[in-house]
Amino acid sequence: MAGSSQSVDLALAMNVLPVPAGDWLVVAPSLITILGGSLCLMLRKNTDLQPKLGIGFLALLVLANVGLLIRVLDTGMITMVMGSWLPPFGIAFTVDTLGATLSLIGSVVAFCAGVYGAATVDNTGRRYGFYPFLLLLMTGVCGAFLTGDVFNLYVWFEVLLISSYGLLVLGNDRIQLDGAVKYGVLNLVGTNLFLIATGLLYGIFGTLNMADIAMKVSDLENPASGTLATVAALYFLAFAMKAAAFPVNFWLPASYHTPNVVVSAVFAGLLTKVGVYALIRVLVMILPASRGYLADVISVVAIATLMTGAFGALAQSEVRRLLGYLVIAGIGAMLAGVAVGSVLAMSGAIFYAVHSIIVMTALYMAAGVMSMMGGSSDLRRLGGLYQQNAAFAGVFLVLGFAVSGLPPFSGFWPKVILVDAAFQDGRAWLGAAILVSGFLTTVAMGRVWIYAFWRGGPEGTPDGQSVSGMPGEPVQLAGAAMWLPLGILTALVVYIGLQPEWMLELSTQGASGVVKPFGYLRSVFGGEG
Amino acid sequence: METGVTILIGLFFSVAVYLMLSKQLVRMLLGIAILGNAVNMLIFTNGRLTREVPPLIPEDLYVPATATANPLPQALVLTAIVISFSFFAFLLVLAFRAYQELGTDEVNEMRLAEPENDQTPPQGY
Repeated sequence: MAGSSQSVDLALAMNVLPVPAGDWLVVAPSLITILGGSLCLMLRKNTDLQPKLGIGFLALLVLANVGLLIRVLDTGMITMVMGSWLPPFGIAFTVDTLGATLSLIGSVVAFCAGVYGAATVDNTGRRYGFYPFLLLLMTGVCGAFLTGDVFNLYVWFEVLLISSYGLLVLGNDRIQLDGAVKYGVLNLVGTNLFLIATGLLYGIFGTLNMADIAMKVSDLENPASGTLATVAALYFLAFAMKAAAFPVNFWLPASYHTPNVVVSAVFAGLLTKVGVYALIRVLVMILPASRGYLADVISVVAIATLMTGAFGALAQSEVRRLLGYLVIAGIGAMLAGVAVGSVLAMSGAIFYAVHSIIVMTALYMAAGVMSMMGGSSDLRRLGGLYQQNAAFAGVFLVLGFAVSGLPPFSGFWPKVILVDAAFQDGRAWLGAAILVSGFLTTVAMGRVWIYAFWRGGPEGTPDGQSVSGMPGEPVQLAGAAMWLPLGILTALVVYIGLQPEWMLELSTQGASGVVKPFGYLRSVFGGEG
Repeated sequence: METGVTILIGLFFSVAVYLMLSKQLVRMLLGIAILGNAVNMLIFTNGRLTREVPPLIPEDLYVPATATANPLPQALVLTAIVISFSFFAFLLVLAFRAYQELGTDEVNEMRLAEPENDQTPPQGY
């Protein structure tokens, strides 16, 4: 078109070198899930094929994420720009240890959910698109973990949000519509707040690339200025809403117990953690000075969230609603890490995020098995499950200990790190809140175990007798498709608890990459960094 | 010009917040629609406003000859419009279905997922 004689050096604006083959892994998670999701959507009438296709693509996703993490550990952070436009002009995908680790754990959990869903989602649910929604949800989740552009992060948030709406109303029950209204409205307001903050950030810096903004912020004379603090506070509110932190947590217990149990499991594992991840990325990496300014507020919110979660769990008799509050308590622990903000605290928060993704999904899956075996998910009507299946009682006890943070399971180590970091920073109350919340969680989970497993039967059963299940209801047996994912996740919980070194290594690397983002900047802008 | 538009955006935000504080689901949805527009205008204004200078580059040049309108906020707003429109459409259908099933559009009466007089958990061991 422009047939002029002027010569222009394209290398100034575009990446003219071919992308190394291994770097294509950066976009593989999004590509695999979009392709798989579309294919499943086209074949959604074929209900027998759905689980096979869905689980197959989720397995591919796990493999791609394993490859990506190995490559990141091997060669350092990878940046890939869309359309070859050099940053800050092109949208950048920048993968560091933090993003790759969370993306991997998230995809493992999604794979387990895909297998579990083969047993619990009926043909109607399959026809209405359980697997396409699950795959597209993972597009959003992985995209959010891997992107290096603030507006792109917003787009991935919306991708996962619209898929989560689809999953939430899958059964079209009255109770689901009720839960979905609250979930839908409040989450949409949350993403709008995120968009407002992003618009203001663009107005200040004229760029949306995270590394570019981080560099421009660190070059400012007064990086803790009021304008930036306002933007940071807006981001904090938006992501706290996504993560269900205390004053804006009410959508979570209102909706997480309504959908199919496997949907609850995926939501509890992934969605709130994406909010926490975004909070870490934006507050700790891009706006560190404003995070310091807000540290006391975040600290108070973290304490309130820890307490809300623990007390809320104690007050519930419906197992899934109880677990919803435990999700909130876990968010409080991760926010405690953000409030402190040191490398140690961030490694604790990242470790806790990994632990929470695994253990919350496993607990919801266990709750699904419990309600199938006991005919109810209400603590008053459950009982005698130990009689039915002693091994499952053991699994639930392991998960209960893990979520409370008792050794030797995966919840213990991140809590030790977080409490240590809080005390080092002089925030004794924060450390105390983590410990008290852990204690109350132990009580709540102990109660579940005693009522559902230990006693002989539902409320009213005399001591010494044992009754299985609801009177008059046949005891259903859970199939291999339910035991397998539960077993994988429980094994991970035990393994991370006994062998925490590699996870510690990963989370420390991720944390230092976020607190001191030199490597991140160098990866995006090359050389000088 | 930015000042005038900013005041308008503020007005949009206040109307949106006022409507969203209502207990009627329909009003909340209207509030969300207005909120989306307020956010779009905010992004647009943050890209700085200019009049009648489309971001086009003449055929024989590689860079525009004069300062032009900023194309990036236009792209961002376009994305945000599509997203907020689709979400609004989904929420409209959801609210209508909820109204059909629950027989009310008053959020205080939507207590199916969290019943008002919920049983307390079992006491004692």
